[in-house]
Amino acid sequence: MMSRIGAAIVFITVLAALIGPSLAPFDPSAQLLAQRLDGPSEMHWFGLDELGRDIFARVLAGARISLLVGVVVVSISSTVGTLLGSIAGYFGGRIDEAISRVIDILLAFPGLLLAIALVAVLGPSLANVVLALSLIGWVGYARLVRGQVLRAREFEFVQAARALGATTPRILAQHIIPTALPAVTVQATLGMGGAILAEAALSFLGLGVQPPTPSWGTMLNGGRTHLLDAPHLTIFPGLAIAALVLGFNFLGDGLRDALDPVTRQKRFLSDGTKI
Amino acid sequence: MLRFLARRVALTIPVLLGVATLVFSLIHLIPGDPAQAMLGESASPEDVAELRSRLGLDRPLLEQYGTFLRDAIRGDLGRSLRTSQPVTSAILERMPATIELAAAAMLVALGFAIPLGIAAAVWRGTSLDHAATTVSLLGISIPNFWLGPLLAIVFSIELGWLPVSGRGTWANLVLPAVSLGAALAAILARMTRATLLEELREPYVIAARARGASRVRAVVRHAFRNSLIPVITLIGLQFGAVLTGAVITETIFSWPGIGRLLIQSIGFRDYPLVQGCILLIAVTYVAMNLVTDLLYGLVDPRIRYE
Repeated sequence: MMSRIGAAIVFITVLAALIGPSLAPFDPSAQLLAQRLDGPSEMHWFGLDELGRDIFARVLAGARISLLVGVVVVSISSTVGTLLGSIAGYFGGRIDEAISRVIDILLAFPGLLLAIALVAVLGPSLANVVLALSLIGWVGYARLVRGQVLRAREFEFVQAARALGATTPRILAQHIIPTALPAVTVQATLGMGGAILAEAALSFLGLGVQPPTPSWGTMLNGGRTHLLDAPHLTIFPGLAIAALVLGFNFLGDGLRDALDPVTRQKRFLSDGTKI
Repeated sequence: MLRFLARRVALTIPVLLGVATLVFSLIHLIPGDPAQAMLGESASPEDVAELRSRLGLDRPLLEQYGTFLRDAIRGDLGRSLRTSQPVTSAILERMPATIELAAAAMLVALGFAIPLGIAAAVWRGTSLDHAATTVSLLGISIPNFWLGPLLAIVFSIELGWLPVSGRGTWANLVLPAVSLGAALAAILARMTRATLLEELREPYVIAARARGASRVRAVVRHAFRNSLIPVITLIGLQFGAVLTGAVITETIFSWPGIGRLLIQSIGFRDYPLVQGCILLIAVTYVAMNLVTDLLYGLVDPRIRYE
């Protein structure tokens, strides 16, 4: 049930991001200075910001940025992490030691700290945010896949493939990595929510997407100075972030339950009837 | 136990070295001339050369690295470019505020999460359990940079109960602590529920009930204590999230801690101060992970005898 709600939220947001900006009645950059900070109305559903720009149009445009960052960061992180994790797990020895030490060092930096530091030195921009989040994001996938590969390399079908003369890349690509894909899929779904939150946090701190490009985090930062006279500047972008992240969390939880063999087993009675 | 302690401490040293190396290399990632980037485009070549010399950027890289490590071990992290104050003393001035905020956030999180997690586990499958799960997921999904301003709108602006910024009395601490602790509370509540549910299924709990122990006694005296072990680990691991979250929370509520110092120094391109803050926060996190590992070994004898 929850996963279906999550899927619906994600689907609606993706749809809104794809076609919403072209259907929105107002340009997200158009300024109506005479009506700046006006609250929600029939014409402007989410009200206007400090420069008189329609917040609903900007929230729709911001959805594109958030989803784009999420997709790119998760794609890069999961690919690099899966590759390095499977190499570390399969070969073991010094290769595993070297990769694991790099993972330990990167994990020694809490949460977003390293991303903040990287963007601070590289300069605030969307590209640098994606780069910084990808540089720290691969670590979780690598650890996950390494654990899966350590288990899978001892499976009989892998040993059989080796005995039949399959090359190492073939064994990794066709036999071992596919066993880790369900876990990576769950991680990636949850990772989308994480990447979206991270980008919004960096933009909120002024380190991410720069104005006038509409980003939910930047919009929230702009709303801080108008909490008293225009709280709607804070409410709607934040609601969008929370809803989308919640959607991905619901979806990820549901995927985890669906792909976890123990949970799947519990859904059946002892005579095989599905609960 | 001593061998376990020594081994854990020994494993931490290469990680600390790696952290210091990464922090050192940050300044060299700055596009172009780091000294020019710090002073701005309008700085004169003489000023840029002087800064480059002061920061040791004109020396060979290995020499810079050695000097950085030697000075870091001595507690010398250079001087702020803006105020010329030693970075170490600038950070130490702000540390009590960050510790106060982090501790308050942890207390808020534990005070909320433990009872909620226990209730959700004991009354599993009921509407209370579903409500607790939903609240937990909401807590994980709502960013603290939204929750903070929302709390400020309701409790400071609309109701006028609490101040919106600054540090002084306990009232100043409430909104930042709740804003920072909410996500941690949600994660801890979920973990408490999951681990307690596992313990409640264990034979020793069923045996306690069979011997006449009440439900409350079986939960609190038997199951809950054992379910705390993974929760303790999670608290240690989540401390990092609290530290990073503090960077954002201190910015929202103008709380005078290290997080706010970090963001301000980024804005001023005061990179020695940026490096110092990053290094200190990372080292604190590594130390916290070590303490968590040791606590885990203390609480669960199976770990230290592995």
